[in-house]
Amino acid sequence: MVVGLEVHAQIKSNSKLFSSSSTTFGSSPNSQVSLVDAAMPGMLPVINEFCVKQAIKSGIGLRAEINKYSVFDRKNYFYADLPQGYQISQFKYPIVGKGKVSIDLKDGTSKNIRIVRLHLEQDAGKSLHDQNPSKTYVDLNRSGVALMEIVSEPDISSAEEAGLYISKIRSILMYLDTCDGNMQEGSLRADVNVSVRKPNDKLGTRCEIKNLNSIKFIKQAIDYEAKRQIKIIEDGGEINQNTLLFDTQTGKTKPMRSKEEAHDYRYFPDPDLLPLEIDDDEIKNIKNNILELPDERIERYIAEFGLSKYDASVLTIERSVSDYFDEVIKSNKALQGHAKIVSNWISTELFSLLKKDNLDISTSPVSPKDLGELIILLTTNVISGKIAKEVLTEMFSSKKSAKYIVEKEGLKQMTDSSEIETIIEKILSENQKMVNEYKSGKTKLLSYFVGQVMKETKGKANPKLLNEILFKKLN
Amino acid sequence: MPFKSIKDAISNIESKKISIRELNLEFIKKIKDNKNLNIFIYFDEKKIINQIDNLEKDNSNKKLKGIPLAIKDLFCTKDMPTTAGSKILENFNPTYESFVTQKLINDGAIFVGKTNLDEFAMGSATDTSYFGNTINPLSKKDNPLAPGGSSGGSAAAVAADLCLGATGTDTGGSIRQPASFCGVVGIKPTYGLCSRWGIAAFASSLDQAGVFTNNVEDSSILLETIAGFDQRDSTSSNVNIPNYFDNLNDDLSGMTVGIPKEYTIDGMPEEINLIWEESKKVLENKGVKIKNISLPHTKYALPTYYIIAPAEASSNLARYDGVKYGFRANGISSLDEMYEQTRGEGFGKEVKRRILIGTYVLSAGYYDAYYLKAQKVRKLIANDFKEAFKECDFIVTPTAPSAAFPLNEKKQDPIKMYLNDVFTVPASLAGLPGISIPFGKDKNNLPLGIQILGKHFDEQLVFNVALSLERSSE
Amino acid sequence: MKIDKDTINKIARLSRIKLEDKESEDYIKDLNSILDWVEQLNEVNTHNVEPLSNISSSVLPKRNDISKDSNSSEEILKNAPDKLEGFFAVPKVVE
Ligand SMILES: [Mg+2]
Ligand SMILES: [Zn+2]
Repeated sequence: MVVGLEVHAQIKSNSKLFSSSSTTFGSSPNSQVSLVDAAMPGMLPVINEFCVKQAIKSGIGLRAEINKYSVFDRKNYFYADLPQGYQISQFKYPIVGKGKVSIDLKDGTSKNIRIVRLHLEQDAGKSLHDQNPSKTYVDLNRSGVALMEIVSEPDISSAEEAGLYISKIRSILMYLDTCDGNMQEGSLRADVNVSVRKPNDKLGTRCEIKNLNSIKFIKQAIDYEAKRQIKIIEDGGEINQNTLLFDTQTGKTKPMRSKEEAHDYRYFPDPDLLPLEIDDDEIKNIKNNILELPDERIERYIAEFGLSKYDASVLTIERSVSDYFDEVIKSNKALQGHAKIVSNWISTELFSLLKKDNLDISTSPVSPKDLGELIILLTTNVISGKIAKEVLTEMFSSKKSAKYIVEKEGLKQMTDSSEIETIIEKILSENQKMVNEYKSGKTKLLSYFVGQVMKETKGKANPKLLNEILFKKLN
Repeated sequence: MPFKSIKDAISNIESKKISIRELNLEFIKKIKDNKNLNIFIYFDEKKIINQIDNLEKDNSNKKLKGIPLAIKDLFCTKDMPTTAGSKILENFNPTYESFVTQKLINDGAIFVGKTNLDEFAMGSATDTSYFGNTINPLSKKDNPLAPGGSSGGSAAAVAADLCLGATGTDTGGSIRQPASFCGVVGIKPTYGLCSRWGIAAFASSLDQAGVFTNNVEDSSILLETIAGFDQRDSTSSNVNIPNYFDNLNDDLSGMTVGIPKEYTIDGMPEEINLIWEESKKVLENKGVKIKNISLPHTKYALPTYYIIAPAEASSNLARYDGVKYGFRANGISSLDEMYEQTRGEGFGKEVKRRILIGTYVLSAGYYDAYYLKAQKVRKLIANDFKEAFKECDFIVTPTAPSAAFPLNEKKQDPIKMYLNDVFTVPASLAGLPGISIPFGKDKNNLPLGIQILGKHFDEQLVFNVALSLERSSE
Repeated sequence: MKIDKDTINKIARLSRIKLEDKESEDYIKDLNSILDWVEQLNEVNTHNVEPLSNISSSVLPKRNDISKDSNSSEEILKNAPDKLEGFFAVPKVVE
């Protein structure tokens, strides 16, 4: 299977690419539309400097060439939500040229996906087909919003890789703060080109699946489409080049119902705009202000904290998660040696709590500093792992510090061996029958005794000590 | 008519010899008396009275306070509908004021109405308008003449003394040619001198606003008002605008005029060559050196223009689709049908012709052969001028290859009509400033125009030469 | 002949202009004569000549990323031939 992606990423900016209207999502219809966005007669585009910088920044993040000379072209076609009758895009001379993105596969290897180009273009408005039985409604709020179209080479060979590729692109753009990565709101969406071929054969005819806005759907659509194509070929048929839609209900692709005709976009340089020229200083400046990209962060986690490549890449997919991790580590020097534990606590315990309350890590009630404190209590054996989980739950709801909760509830671990011994003796004497059973070979009962002691100590007994003493007593 | 010049009107209003109201009432009367010429698409007496009322309450000093002007109906205006001479903009009431008209308002001008034009400025006779053709005020009763185009309504309005000045737009000659046909002064400044913001676009890389007046002084006064940088137009230039009027100077000694040998065509009336010769003589007497120059690619300017302008137009006019404003065809069941019917019925014959040509030359397989080729020849034409201006300070040519012709004469043959612009198009392609001033008559006593072309942003010299020639023929 | 009936129909379709049969015939004639006429450009040697898109020698001006108060939706919809519930309305589109 051969897959190439065209990703449309909405640039994070206050105003649109060629007009000053706001880009805020979810406003009432046609309330963020300037005269330019509505293509009123005599209205003209003026480029947003910040959007240009965002594109350059993204290009650097994709390890791509930045073209110092680029041109805006008009792509001409008629559609209800395209007010000008053309989209301003970049055709012959895009702002960003060849680049590459590396994805980390499950087997621990990495693969480079080559980028063909990144160009700037306007988004269209939105057509709503289901609001009225006989009409389509048009909302131009999105009309003119800045997009980056990122085109890959067909280097992707599975749905899995496509998923990794898009999450890597998303991750890079979010690190750079050039796109908010919100796929649900359509800030990041992809057109997927799929074709199949026998090994070493030439490329087959490709079909394009339009406008997918979740990684799950992208993977589903690719798998379905590849199977469909293989079946056709195996049955002796031929693939027709087609534009498809993915039905999220049925999980199937289907040809667009509107009559498909040969497109002829009649691209030509937009005479309302002059060529876009960028100087070296500007590029250098932007480059110098890029802090750290996901790949660099992965390297750092491996080198400084000894995390595995897999752990490091999972941790870095979302910048907010990785930033949180960095904050925790920074909060106490002692945690540097326990990076793996910190990573686990974030990706399991903290995440499950966040998920339950439908919260994002950036709005977590437990601050990185507080989590750091909890993990210190754990790693210095002040509390056990089990207690730590309870404390975290308590921290989550009460927003109190770990120390406070441990102190107040008396949750400190029992580390006095004589104290533990006394309790063990008490438990054993109360369960003489079972002790005998144990001695006659039913060693599985050990965990029963551990449980009883823990119950007695409300989980505070140091598990290591408890095990040692109990074992001694029984044998 | 009390005054034929803006300059006089200003000084008489200032010295209270006439009030703004008295002045404008005379023009209103004149407009009403000349309805048969079909000069205005929009005229509403009450709107003019309103403007007068407001100006009377306004104590500030404004350069053009109370001066009656006519506005080509391609400029979007807030208080008057805008049609571009097309059915497709039926009932369109802009919520905004074009840059150029706003500057005129800021200077206190009064807009007497919106003038007729070729539909979307596509034409050379003001006969492609949805609102019927305009008649040249210089016509004899039995032989109605074309006013030229596309700004024929504006040129005619000034010629018929229905206002003291008018705005126009010039893409390939649409100010200079009608100025020549109507015997008035018309300037198209350097591309980028005036903002295109708020002017319905025809061909973006060529469109420029300009003005019509009765004389060169007035032209310099009005152009100074409408010129200037505008951040809303990415092709508008950030240059200093001199005070053209104060700097007018007809002393041209030591200058060199370029006379291009290519500016003559077969079958051109002899009088045109005669007035051209006459203009040379006048300049020579003023101490100007005559230099014969060559602009070798001149003959390719028209075909180049008739590829580039329609190509841009085909895209610029895609926004007229019946969705956001203007006309929408009735009885439609699908979106595509709506587009096709709306545009089929909403656009006139010439506009459709140009959209079709433009679409063709941009379409797959033809782009390189036509559009790209034309852009390259355009470069050569621009280079011709660049070379020529190494040898001369300005260029003088006839404005048009004929005087005003009878209405409908050339309507059947598009290429014949296109040839009207043969002397104006090259400077448009090169983005140069050009003015047409009346200079002599043909054998039927119809005015002929002389065109003066200057270097980019050398409007001052263009005015100075024009003034010098104008004074010689007075 | 460069433009035949099929070509004119194709261009008219791309331009979203409905042509009556009589019109099509006229335009076939007009377009062919115009295209024959512009053919003379082939006489010009344009080898190594850069195409000229815009005569302006200025640098592309850039805007700051400030979102200004937009127009009200009433203002944007003011001239719309058909509007409903704050939207532009067009005949139903099937995708
Ligand atoms: Mg695409
Ligand atoms: Zn795109």
